[in-house]
Amino acid sequence: MTTWVALVVVVLMLVSALAVLLLRSFVAAVAATAVVGLGLTVLFVLMRAPDVAMTEAAVGAGLSGVILALALRRLGLWRVEDNGQGGGDA
Amino acid sequence: MRNLASLLFAGGLAFLLLTLLSQLAFGTPPMRVGAEILAVAPGEVGAANLVTAILLGYRGFDTLGELAILFAAATAAGVVLGRRRDDARRDPPGGEVLRTGADLLFPLLVVVGFYVIAHGHLTPGGGFQGGVILAAAFFVALLAQPARHLSHGLILWIEGLAGAAFILIGIWALVADGDFLAPLLGPGRMGDLVSAGTLPLLSLAIGLKVGAELAGIMAHIADAEAPDT
Repeated sequence: MTTWVALVVVVLMLVSALAVLLLRSFVAAVAATAVVGLGLTVLFVLMRAPDVAMTEAAVGAGLSGVILALALRRLGLWRVEDNGQGGGDA
Repeated sequence: MRNLASLLFAGGLAFLLLTLLSQLAFGTPPMRVGAEILAVAPGEVGAANLVTAILLGYRGFDTLGELAILFAAATAAGVVLGRRRDDARRDPPGGEVLRTGADLLFPLLVVVGFYVIAHGHLTPGGGFQGGVILAAAFFVALLAQPARHLSHGLILWIEGLAGAAFILIGIWALVADGDFLAPLLGPGRMGDLVSAGTLPLLSLAIGLKVGAELAGIMAHIADAEAPDT
């Protein structure tokens, strides 16, 4: 049972890792890296390492995603579909 | 040429991993040191969570090294990103929904962060994980309202004092016991909140230091000049 769940997670991780390389949109690529981190978290839980899983969820899935997203915004690459000014709600 | 080299490297790595995979059953540890520590640690250190017992009790010096690496990374990020210009553009505020959500999340995240830090010697978690959660609490608030800036001076003070506390506890153990960072104060009763001697104190120091450092890095990135779209 555990082996099957692990296999599914590994396949999911491989697919999202490939997606990071192939996706044209930077925002989607950052989301895909977070999926890799979340898959790794599940693997750590399966191997009964909840401490490492917590660290991976916080750092690998959460923090690195945020830092990458911030870097995108700083570089002016943070675009979701519309290339205009975006919603001016200020 | 470079593609060929990359292909060769990837092939070698795949071969190595496949060899490892064919030898090991999934989830079976090849090392036997763990069994020894599992047998000895509960009585010696008194921490119900053995990972914390190893990180802070048996390998406290390694943890100090990790903190030093994180400190170097935070310093490097600060140097690269530089100081904010006064007339630099700020990001637009996050809007009503995000702001309300951030205000609701902030106290919750702070409590969860301190809970994870305080129970590091009892349940999974500890200084690093709790510290990241604390940093996230401050960062969510900062994302919702970029104009509300985090005080870099305060962050530096927390970071410095937490790091100094970690080393001072280590020196205290050196004077009292003869070993740097050896657990002090006795193991206490396993499972109590106040147990495992100095381990919770070290955990708190790590949590504050990691939290302050990560919040500092992210505040630096968020504070940098916004691009002119």
